[in-house]
Amino acid sequence: MSSRAAASSIWEFANPARFMRLSGALLPWVAAAAALCLGTGLIWGFFFTPDDYQQGSTVKIIYIHVPAATMAINVYAMMAVASLIWLIRRHHVSALAAKAAAPVGACMVLIALLTGALWGQPMWGTAWAWDPRLTSFAILFFFYVGYIALWAAVDDPDAAADLTSVLCLVGSVFAIVSRYAVYFWNQGLHQGSSLSLDKETNVADVFWRPLVISLGGFFLLFLALLLLRVRTEIRKRRARAIRLAAGEGA
Amino acid sequence: MPDLGPYAGYVLTSYAATLAILAAVIGASLRASRRARAELERLEERHGRGRRSG
Repeated sequence: MSSRAAASSIWEFANPARFMRLSGALLPWVAAAAALCLGTGLIWGFFFTPDDYQQGSTVKIIYIHVPAATMAINVYAMMAVASLIWLIRRHHVSALAAKAAAPVGACMVLIALLTGALWGQPMWGTAWAWDPRLTSFAILFFFYVGYIALWAAVDDPDAAADLTSVLCLVGSVFAIVSRYAVYFWNQGLHQGSSLSLDKETNVADVFWRPLVISLGGFFLLFLALLLLRVRTEIRKRRARAIRLAAGEGA
Repeated sequence: MPDLGPYAGYVLTSYAATLAILAAVIGASLRASRRARAELERLEERHGRGRRSG
């Protein structure tokens, strides 16, 4: 298949009917894989890994904190790409995908902030500090909340998609800052990345394996929720179109 | 149950809070999906739209 043909076939999935068919077939498999990965990663990490010599049993928080924080940033990045596609190509599915992803991303930030506070209290002696990464994460959470509120506040779906896309792109600066804050400002309490392609900087293997499985579980859970929620948004949009055509109002 | 020592409260609260938040977002997504599907089926039935959107 030529690259041009491959690119055109990707855009075909922006067609809502095609998306519903494909997502309907994929959803049960993705949900099952998410449950399997998440269950394996969390049970392995919680029950079958040793305590850390410095952090004691609090190291077990890594299996939820790191995947949630990673997803919080990556979900926002996905929303930014989807928003850009909406603004440039006006594919409704991309705008609905960004809308559908936002509450899941907000939950990921909330988990990262809560578990970070519960990890920080015994290890740093404080649940919160105005550290670059913590602060940028808090701002990212408010961007998620603002994005969700803006969708809810505007009645016209296309106008809402335009406004929220611009807001999302502005907020993507904070997603980048959240990711690289510990490198931009070499200060604060938060450590560098726990996972890296550079093996020297990774956590020890005994923690790394269940962590990667848990990370895969969080990603698959997000994907399953995204498919489910985009399907819901497409149905709501179709219901709105039927009501408008029948003169019943939106 | 592993021996979590003096940090048991922090670790268990972290897991409980995470599972509660995930359960909430999964539950809300499933409820919204069921509502949207039922509403669309009701409208398609009432207005005679043949093809369903999946």
